[in-house]
Amino acid sequence: MNSSALPLKTPPSASNDSPDGAVTATATATPKAPRETTGLTPTRRRMLMVGFFVLVMAIWHFAVLLLEVSPLIFPGPRAVASALVELFQSGEIVTHLGVTLYEILAGFAFGAIFGLVLGALIGQSALLEAVLYPYVVAFQTVPKVAVAPLFVLWFGFDTTSKVVITATIVFFPVLANTIVGLRSAPRDQIELMKAFTASPWHVFRMVRLPQALPYVFAGLDIGIVLAVIGAIVGEFVGAQAGLGYLILQRNFSMDAAGMFAILVVLSLIGLVLHSLMKFIARRVIFWTDAFTDLSRGS
Amino acid sequence: MNMPLTPQQVEAPAFGFHRLQKVFRSKDGGDVIALRDVGFDVRQGEFVTVVGPSGCGKSTLLRILAGLERATSGAVMLGGKAVTGPSRDIGVVFQAPVLLPWRTVLQNVLVPAQIQGRDIKVATERAMHYLTLVGLEKFATKYPGELSGGMQQRVGIARAFVNDPMLLLMDEPFGALDAMTRETMNLELHKLKERTGATIMLVTHSIPEAVFLGDRVVVMSPRPGRVTQIIDVDLPRPRSLDMINTDRFGTYVSGIRANLNAAGGLD
Repeated sequence: MNSSALPLKTPPSASNDSPDGAVTATATATPKAPRETTGLTPTRRRMLMVGFFVLVMAIWHFAVLLLEVSPLIFPGPRAVASALVELFQSGEIVTHLGVTLYEILAGFAFGAIFGLVLGALIGQSALLEAVLYPYVVAFQTVPKVAVAPLFVLWFGFDTTSKVVITATIVFFPVLANTIVGLRSAPRDQIELMKAFTASPWHVFRMVRLPQALPYVFAGLDIGIVLAVIGAIVGEFVGAQAGLGYLILQRNFSMDAAGMFAILVVLSLIGLVLHSLMKFIARRVIFWTDAFTDLSRGS
Repeated sequence: MNMPLTPQQVEAPAFGFHRLQKVFRSKDGGDVIALRDVGFDVRQGEFVTVVGPSGCGKSTLLRILAGLERATSGAVMLGGKAVTGPSRDIGVVFQAPVLLPWRTVLQNVLVPAQIQGRDIKVATERAMHYLTLVGLEKFATKYPGELSGGMQQRVGIARAFVNDPMLLLMDEPFGALDAMTRETMNLELHKLKERTGATIMLVTHSIPEAVFLGDRVVVMSPRPGRVTQIIDVDLPRPRSLDMINTDRFGTYVSGIRANLNAAGGLD
């Protein structure tokens, strides 16, 4: 195409027209693409999921049994299951679970809000990006585990230091995704708004912000899972309660099965929070397939 | 080149270009003349089509009138005033429908009304009116993702009409549609124009489309983009698709094609 060879700023449509009427369709409305399906009924899919779980458990069970690993080092699934039951029956876990959940959710909330606001500012302003972003990246490069002792020093052994650590971990993926999202709006959508005399605020609110939401939710989804890690890292450095504290306690008493049980609880927390995030995302950004399972046919 | 006004034309033109020039600075520092000495006036209620091959600057011309780009020199007048930026008096339709997928059809049509702070109740009535005119009143609560390409473009047209603009600008509005849908859309646009009396400038690279829709056809040739011919299309209105097969229609089309060929346009 001759027009594309010219190094000048041509409108998007100009590169598409050709004398013979051959036109490339530019789909900006992001219509739903035909979805790949696994061709499974929900029941069969669920059966496969359960079957695979049983298989993994069986392999674990027999591997520990046949290799004669000491249960003090690597317990089998039955030992872990009974430790798990014990954990809940004694009620010991309740306070610790509450503390850690609080740290995860509060840290996530602060980190996400901070990431969203700063991301919105940096995404809108080239100046702020030039001035602020290097520091943000530099801070992100520092391993949070390494700064965690400082936070405990500053904010104490209480939950506050864990909330802060969690927030700093959640912050970056939300920020980075918000920035990219706000810049992902197709040019002709913005041009059209301008042609209708839209102010920058209109463009932001009516196009950029909704367009950024799938990216933001991807960031939040990463953030919520990282929040679990953040809270545990904080508790490892110094805490009086929480699941991380409980793991360390079990470690001191050489209770491997108990540690495994808490790890299972942590994984379940992550799974539930991630599913919740997906559930919310699917309803908020209903117009994309970004958070729809491949197996869910439309 | 400047087309003189006909003497009987007393009313002020809806819009007009005067000695318009647009030069793009290319990356290697050279200048590329996109438009050279373009000048013509368009009457109130006229349907003018601009036809030419790619690179003739027809889209640039439309974008300058829409206030999305500035001319290097020359004047663009809209309703007696010089164009300095996007205007509330203009509605636009691009090649892609550019609908917001998170808004329903009706909410999409209302976008310009919301931007310009119009009374939403009144605008909603008008939006439904135009959705009815383009045959989409039953789809008002659907989302763009549930619509075909042709239907999406009709939503875009209703959206352009919603503020009852003085002038409607259409940049290859049917370029992405298949040939059959395109013919239907041409007919619908023609009817819409007859009913609303709107002033429309439509840019296309299809000569038959330009002739079918236009009261006048502005023919442009590329590098540098300039007007080589302005043709009055003396075909009766309302027009029908059968007209495309008549000799008179064919004469217009072949005349324009010959003109473009002479200008080295159709390569």
